Amino acid sequence: MSDQSKIQSRQSTPIVVKNLQGGYNGTPVIHDCSMTIDAGEIVVIMGGSGSGKSTFLRHLIGLKEPMQGDVELFGKSLYQVDEFERLKLLKGIGVAFQSGAMLSSLTVAQNVALPMVEHTDLDEQTIDLIVRMKLDFVGLLGKEDLLPSELSGGMLKRAAVARAIALDPRLTFMDEPSAGLDPVIAAALDELIIKLKETLGMSVVVVTHELDSAFKIADRIVVLDRGYIIFTGTVAELKASKSERIQNLINRVPEEEEFDPEAHLKRLFGED
Amino acid sequence: MGVMIEMQRSDLIAFIEQTGAKLNKSIAGIGFATKTLGGAISIILFGRKRSQPMRLRHLIAEINIAGVQALPVVVLMSAMIGVMLAIQGIYSLRVFGAETQVTYGLALSIPREFAPLITGILVAGRSGSQLTSRVGSMRLNGEIDALMVMGISPTRFVVAPSLLALAISLPILVAIANLAAFGAAGLYIDATLGIGPQAYWADILSIVTLTDLYHSFSKAVIFAILIGAVGISIGMGVSGGADVLGKATTSSVVTCIAAIIAADAIFALTV
Repeated sequence: MSDQSKIQSRQSTPIVVKNLQGGYNGTPVIHDCSMTIDAGEIVVIMGGSGSGKSTFLRHLIGLKEPMQGDVELFGKSLYQVDEFERLKLLKGIGVAFQSGAMLSSLTVAQNVALPMVEHTDLDEQTIDLIVRMKLDFVGLLGKEDLLPSELSGGMLKRAAVARAIALDPRLTFMDEPSAGLDPVIAAALDELIIKLKETLGMSVVVVTHELDSAFKIADRIVVLDRGYIIFTGTVAELKASKSERIQNLINRVPEEEEFDPEAHLKRLFGED
Repeated sequence: MGVMIEMQRSDLIAFIEQTGAKLNKSIAGIGFATKTLGGAISIILFGRKRSQPMRLRHLIAEINIAGVQALPVVVLMSAMIGVMLAIQGIYSLRVFGAETQVTYGLALSIPREFAPLITGILVAGRSGSQLTSRVGSMRLNGEIDALMVMGISPTRFVVAPSLLALAISLPILVAIANLAAFGAAGLYIDATLGIGPQAYWADILSIVTLTDLYHSFSKAVIFAILIGAVGISIGMGVSGGADVLGKATTSSVVTCIAAIIAADAIFALTV
């Protein structure tokens, strides 16, 4: 890579989503979604259950080929390249999955070290030091030798964050980082996400339906509803939105569906 | 009468549909296993050039699991098969008063047939199921996805080392199985017919040809590839819950053994 293209790659927008349509078995779940995420911003993707958040995330991180449209990471298409090129692009991002997805046969330290062992020529001592620094950053120093099965839910999520930031990526994705955690640990994770942006200049994409957390950390919020992006803006803009669906989401008002007694009875009897 | 015909017709349609669906699934499975194999070969040959090198430490770990740990059971079973062949051979040849010719039967059947087949079936039972359950649980836990998003090809990390380890281990195991079967049969023959080890081994070595050994090791490599491709591809296809993983593991062992026996039959007919 020439110096010029290296500079361009460093300066390019971390992620650009262009008219993305995706789904399962030919049925679209995500419809014509477009968005960008700029360097050093925290973007929260929100939406109710079944809004398509998880599917959207899988498209963004290269795990699911879209039916239409494209995703560009650092100025390069993620899906119009072969698998080797895609893997090269993915080295530039970090992902903390909702379940942690730590390799169960490796210890916490070995999990965090994995991207460094596989992608860099760093010696063992340096890797050990970086692993301890990352674990210290997420408050897990001293847990290096535990297996993922020996960690609590909150610890697993933090270990997943440590692994996601092991190579200091410019862009990190976090799927429901505070779901199922007690409020104290959830608040600590929020602080951690803000620290990532402020100390490392990282762009962070957080998928969540935890409103308090979203309002605390987001520079920008993207709201997905039934597979469509229905809102993009700041927290203040979201709160001021006059859209009924958005107000229902932020005020936790259940959606009232039109009730058809005949159709309901058919469903009860399994005829539908 | 009309209702009966209608019922038979609907049963027939259902049967055709089910058979078609099963056939479709089998063809898709063969396609996926071939793709898995192609991906592994591509990583072994070009992985380093494309920044996805297969690591030697992963290969050594897999050789330990598929080869070294399988050694005791392979030696024991091969020795037992060798003794059984000797017993059967002596029993059959006694009718013609030709018991001393039992070495011919052993020399012709152990390297060409029994050693690769028994080793293949044992390794299929051990490694085929182990690969399916490992890859399947990695898939269910999201570990395969995690590897992908870390820029680590699961083929490079899991598939290629396992396949290559099997392709290296199985021929070595077959060589050891040959020795164990011949050795145990020799001890039995010595005890029964009084043919000493020197005469026995001289007989065996004069009968076994290089073609027999080529046969033995070619089968071993083909069985290794079948076990690896079937075990891993069934594991990669796992989705759902723990019961699916259990069924996949059973299906993997059955498919591996069926594939080995089918390949063995094709070998016997064509080579």
